[in-house]
Amino acid sequence: MNSIPQLPLAHWIDGFVDWLVSFTGFFNGVTNFIGGINNAFQWVFDLIPIWLFIVLVLALTYYVNRDDQRWSLLGFEFFGLLLIWNLDFWRDMTQTLTLVLTSSLIALVIGIPLGILMSKSRIAEIILKPILDFMQTMPAFVYLIPAVALFGIGMVPGIVASVIFAMPPTVRMTNMGIREVPGELIEAADSFGSTEWQKLFKVELPLAKTSLMAGVNQSMMLSLSMVVTASMIGAMGLGTKVYFAVGRNDAGGGFAAGLAVVILAIILDRLTQSLTRDHKRG
Amino acid sequence: MTVKVEVKNLTKIFGKHVGRAKELIKQGKTKPEILKETGATVGVDQANFEINDGEIFVIMGLSGSGKSTMVRMINRLIEPTDGSVLIDGENLMKMDKKSLREVRRKKMSMVFQNFGLLPNRTVLENAEYGLEIQGVDKETREKKANIALEQVGITGYNDEYPDQLSGGMQQRVGLARALANDPEILLMDEAFSALDPLNRTDMQDQLLDIQERLHKTIIFISHDLNEALKLGDHIMIMRDGEVVQTGTPEDILTHPANEYVEEFIENVDRSKVLTAGNVMIRPVTINVDKAGPRLTLKRMKNNEVSTAYVVDNKRTLIGIVDANDVIGLVRKDSSDLRSIVKSDVPTAHVDTPINDLMDDISQTGIPFAVVNDDGQLKGIIVRGAVLGALAGNEVSDFE
Repeated sequence: MNSIPQLPLAHWIDGFVDWLVSFTGFFNGVTNFIGGINNAFQWVFDLIPIWLFIVLVLALTYYVNRDDQRWSLLGFEFFGLLLIWNLDFWRDMTQTLTLVLTSSLIALVIGIPLGILMSKSRIAEIILKPILDFMQTMPAFVYLIPAVALFGIGMVPGIVASVIFAMPPTVRMTNMGIREVPGELIEAADSFGSTEWQKLFKVELPLAKTSLMAGVNQSMMLSLSMVVTASMIGAMGLGTKVYFAVGRNDAGGGFAAGLAVVILAIILDRLTQSLTRDHKRG
Repeated sequence: MTVKVEVKNLTKIFGKHVGRAKELIKQGKTKPEILKETGATVGVDQANFEINDGEIFVIMGLSGSGKSTMVRMINRLIEPTDGSVLIDGENLMKMDKKSLREVRRKKMSMVFQNFGLLPNRTVLENAEYGLEIQGVDKETREKKANIALEQVGITGYNDEYPDQLSGGMQQRVGLARALANDPEILLMDEAFSALDPLNRTDMQDQLLDIQERLHKTIIFISHDLNEALKLGDHIMIMRDGEVVQTGTPEDILTHPANEYVEEFIENVDRSKVLTAGNVMIRPVTINVDKAGPRLTLKRMKNNEVSTAYVVDNKRTLIGIVDANDVIGLVRKDSSDLRSIVKSDVPTAHVDTPINDLMDDISQTGIPFAVVNDDGQLKGIIVRGAVLGALAGNEVSDFE
């Protein structure tokens, strides 16, 4: 039975990671860059008094839903945020929010152009599709190992792992949104002499907006689902509370922190969903 | 008369093995033979024709005849496999992307079957599109777009979105968008095919009207011979990617080139081809959910009719009212219009051939109400209009 030797797959990947680690300068630069975005968000959130933060969230919700006000959502946000404050999870919540926002932002900045590329080029689609499947189905834990090797301990490797795990929906939905623009509209754009960029910005992206935003929403939810995993490598926030509660067999503490994640998730989900809706029509 | 567009040997082959198929075409093999041998489909087979400046040139054929491919090769939305298109003597096929874009921006605009309007833009913004991408400043393009919208007869809808308009209105916006560029050539791909019969007739009239004023060169794609005969200065009939005959409507009717064209014309045996939908005219309608007897009377008086058709909010036909009854109702000071509606109105479906209706129409005094599948009133048939249509005259709308 031992006639076929075992493939040294793990060894190869180790070798690859070791090779990557040799680019210390590059990865330090990336770490500093991502850390910078993260710290900027955190700095702003720390600066805003809690009451003002709650008011701002409510005001934002009110604004994005101005045509179709949902008072129950406003009520939920108000009491949910008060509860988080009361449970003394505020700082943890803002850390988690920072992680989610930073990784979503990066996923967006990389994901949307990739999605556009995928929609325009058959070859890009053939190459990217399996990679996206891989990114999404590989157990997220696995990303933590090389992430630590390359980016050290803390928020940044957590963000990187979240980006990898959360980006595929944005890419896919951007691709799908653009591909689903009716052929006649593409022909119309071409027949009037649009350049490729004009077609992209005046026709394709506006029409793909709903689908694109659905992808962003999904990415955000996925990165939120990464917070507990990311806490294992030192990304602070609500995830840490849950992770510690697991270690101490503290069901109450675990659920309390978990509930705060749920509240944050619902608020983020509803806000991004309202952004997709069209406000131009009464 | 100067030649505006000249098409030489224009060929489009879809699929693989295009090179081999091209050779076979030159050897004179037929479309099925080539398909069998190479797997490639011949979309258009070596078409040759000329279009004069300022004429309406109708390319006619059934679906699959290659007419849509043909029009798209004229502005290179579809890249031809072989042959050339000369516009004012300039070969479009030899142009690089930039000069081609310039031609599309300045020289020719296209109108689409399903309108091709951008749903996220208002009517005005849609009409401005062609100018916007040329970098024309906002004030100028708004002015030009407004002029174009006026030319096609829609004003006051500037801030509406396309899906808030009816099909006919949307296509007017599509036409306005094309006219706003002030192109020399208009390409119209089955532009009126998605419209209901009354709107289609209106739009055909309007196109002729616009043409009288603007003298564009219009290339019009249609599958409807009646439309082709009405609009075309020249008609080109296509079948299976081949040009069968090109000529004036008169030529084609009197000297059909072959059996295929003959069959086509035979189909103009009007009583069989024309349906209730083709000959109907606009009735005077009263919405029973909205109007009372006084308003009804006023509308009847304004339109000089003694009977009016009653519909509800959904335009479902309920019946007719007679002027005398309405007067009676007003005298009684009652507002119950429903009480005097006569519901035994002769009706016909929009798709019923006139042939089948002929007997009934000649025996019944009141006009037939034409309804669709949902029972909605689409129009009415009066005897005069039927005779006119059979005699080959266009049905005129009195409104």
